[in-house]
Amino acid sequence: MAINFKDGVILGADSRTTTGAYIANRVTDKLTQVHDTIWCCRSGSAADTQAVADIVSYHLNMYGVTNAEAPTTQVAASLFQELCYENKDALSAGIILAGWDARHGGQVFSIPLGGSLHKQPFAIGGSGSTYIYGYTDAHWREQMTEEEGIDFVRSALQEAIKWDGSSGGVIRLVVLTKAGAVRHLYLPDNGYTGPGVTN
Amino acid sequence: MVEYAVKAVENGGTAVGIRCKDGVVLAVEKIITSKLLKPGANKRIATVDRHVGIVSAGLVPDGRHFVSRARDEASSWRSTYKGPIPTSAIANRLGGYVQAYTLYSSVRPFGVTAIVGGWDTEAELPVDGQVGNGPKSGSGGKVEGAKAGGPGLYMIEPSGLYWGYYGAATGKGRQAAKAELEKLDLSSGNLSLADGVKEAARIIYVAHEDSKDKEFELEMTWISSVDGPTKGRHEEVPKEILEEAEKAAKRALEGDDEEEEDKGEGEQMEE
Amino acid sequence: MNHFPEAWGRPRNDVYGAYDHSYLQTSGPKAHTSSPAVTGTSVVGVKFNGGVAIATDNLASYGSLARFSDVKRLRNFGDKAMVGFGGDVSDMQYLDRLLDSMDIKENYSHHGNMLNAKNLHTYLAKVFYKRRSEFNPLWNHVLVAGFDGQGEPFLSSADLLGTTFSAPHLATGFGAHLAVPILRRKFPEGTPLEQVSKEDAVEALKECLKVLFYRDARSADKYSIAVITKDGIDLKEDEQIQGQSWAFAERIRGYGAQTA
Repeated sequence: MAINFKDGVILGADSRTTTGAYIANRVTDKLTQVHDTIWCCRSGSAADTQAVADIVSYHLNMYGVTNAEAPTTQVAASLFQELCYENKDALSAGIILAGWDARHGGQVFSIPLGGSLHKQPFAIGGSGSTYIYGYTDAHWREQMTEEEGIDFVRSALQEAIKWDGSSGGVIRLVVLTKAGAVRHLYLPDNGYTGPGVTN
Repeated sequence: MVEYAVKAVENGGTAVGIRCKDGVVLAVEKIITSKLLKPGANKRIATVDRHVGIVSAGLVPDGRHFVSRARDEASSWRSTYKGPIPTSAIANRLGGYVQAYTLYSSVRPFGVTAIVGGWDTEAELPVDGQVGNGPKSGSGGKVEGAKAGGPGLYMIEPSGLYWGYYGAATGKGRQAAKAELEKLDLSSGNLSLADGVKEAARIIYVAHEDSKDKEFELEMTWISSVDGPTKGRHEEVPKEILEEAEKAAKRALEGDDEEEEDKGEGEQMEE
Repeated sequence: MNHFPEAWGRPRNDVYGAYDHSYLQTSGPKAHTSSPAVTGTSVVGVKFNGGVAIATDNLASYGSLARFSDVKRLRNFGDKAMVGFGGDVSDMQYLDRLLDSMDIKENYSHHGNMLNAKNLHTYLAKVFYKRRSEFNPLWNHVLVAGFDGQGEPFLSSADLLGTTFSAPHLATGFGAHLAVPILRRKFPEGTPLEQVSKEDAVEALKECLKVLFYRDARSADKYSIAVITKDGIDLKEDEQIQGQSWAFAERIRGYGAQTA
């Protein structure tokens, strides 16, 4: 999931990757950087979403070099959307894109299965998301502080982990603001209270 | 040979572009080569995407091909990035395209020098086709005074060389036009689009002085900021404003003549 | 030893029989869009004296999940026409961009965009037909509203197969079942357009949206409505269905004999 808050955006994800009922990776990093302050949450096929993220990452890098200007979140959204739309028959990819740039501030886009593009105040996706539509809708507020935003994302993900068998493990967050990208980590064995900032 | 191409340009009708604080003006002196041509037809300034205009001096068919390439570049940018191409990017791509025509024996260089003017929107654009909105209260974390759009003016020569300009001129009357442009102090960024239109018209008339025997039409387009008269689009300057600017240009020219030649008479009139 | 590298590492033909290449298919039928993912439901439109009104709700569903609740499914084509989209949202966005690029090209001529709603409808129908012929349909059913070449109000539909249909009032999806009968009762066959006012048309659309909200499980109560007249397009995108009737539920007790 990803949300807008007062100073930018926060991305969050659990860390479970499954093959059927077997947990192939219990400490997955589903938050992927595609540019300095443009990141995405990957859900669906790990292979597909990694491939798509790698391609977008390459193009954004090229964009930054050839235009001597960092790409906006809109540019990243277009690239993701084009790949997901034109290859919809081959891909199983649900992507949430969140980025921060000086001109537009924080922005959140959702690109679900068919390859459509939706701008949203906050976005949830993946198997666990269906369990937290109610929670997020009831607790969502605009212009939260960073602390409130982190609490919102962490609590929502805790609910998803609690009810969804395909979600679990640790909670990873990335906070994107003027200050850059800051990673957070919260572990299940202390009730998702820490360690907190990890970079 | 690039040198011959430059010769072709030197004889074309004068074209100018002015980068104003709230927009860009393009103007061209269209020499009437035959009385059988319909007035107002055969436009010489073309639109690329919605926010860019191109005027060229030199071989007209080469200019058309150049514009066609520019449109392809803009549309290709749009299909990849789902938004309008920045003026700097289209100038860069066209510069590269023109330069490639100097490299091979099988092609000749472009017989045009083109002026590319555009307005990069200061508004926050959605991705083309996007649905939905961010927070109702707007996105958080915006930085005050972050660079956001503005005017762009570039001139591309037959060699592929291009620079960004405050004011650009090419074609037969370019020397006179450049001299006039330099007087405007464009780099201070004070000239408004409305004044820019008047200046552009006047400069074309000044530049025409050397080829006074030939009749010409003044063709003029502009691109304003999003809250300006064209809402960020490249459009023809409306008829009334164009005629007003033309009248002022003629008056300014006649005024110059009177000042220089008729000073003595003027004083006599006073008694 | 077998000196052909392509044979190395394979089970020996003389022991296991010839390799069955059908397991390693490199060519064959290519799969295409066989089902939409994120979808919008009905579009309804009515012609009136001097124009056309068209409306959709603002919901995009993901199966039965009401996933996106502010999706504007009425898209403009320059200042000339509106297209109301039902069906797949990603294909709607593709078509929206296609129409945008067409509008840009039209404006290269100094006459500006001369294409009217009727031209646009013909074009869209051909795009739909071409794509279904490639077995890769654009999964939409659209209504195009605006004016024809004679300046008369124009309303017509086109679907994912390229089928076209025209009538004084039209509806797609669930609306074809629920809204059309309502519109036929309000504006019986043969009603001259002069007798249908703009207000009548807008009122009828609102009534249809309300019934659709009652009975279409993929609908919502937030909607967009566009009124196209010679003066331009009046588009409202954040409307709420008014005057719903639910209080009668109080009188409904049990499902037959029960009265308590």
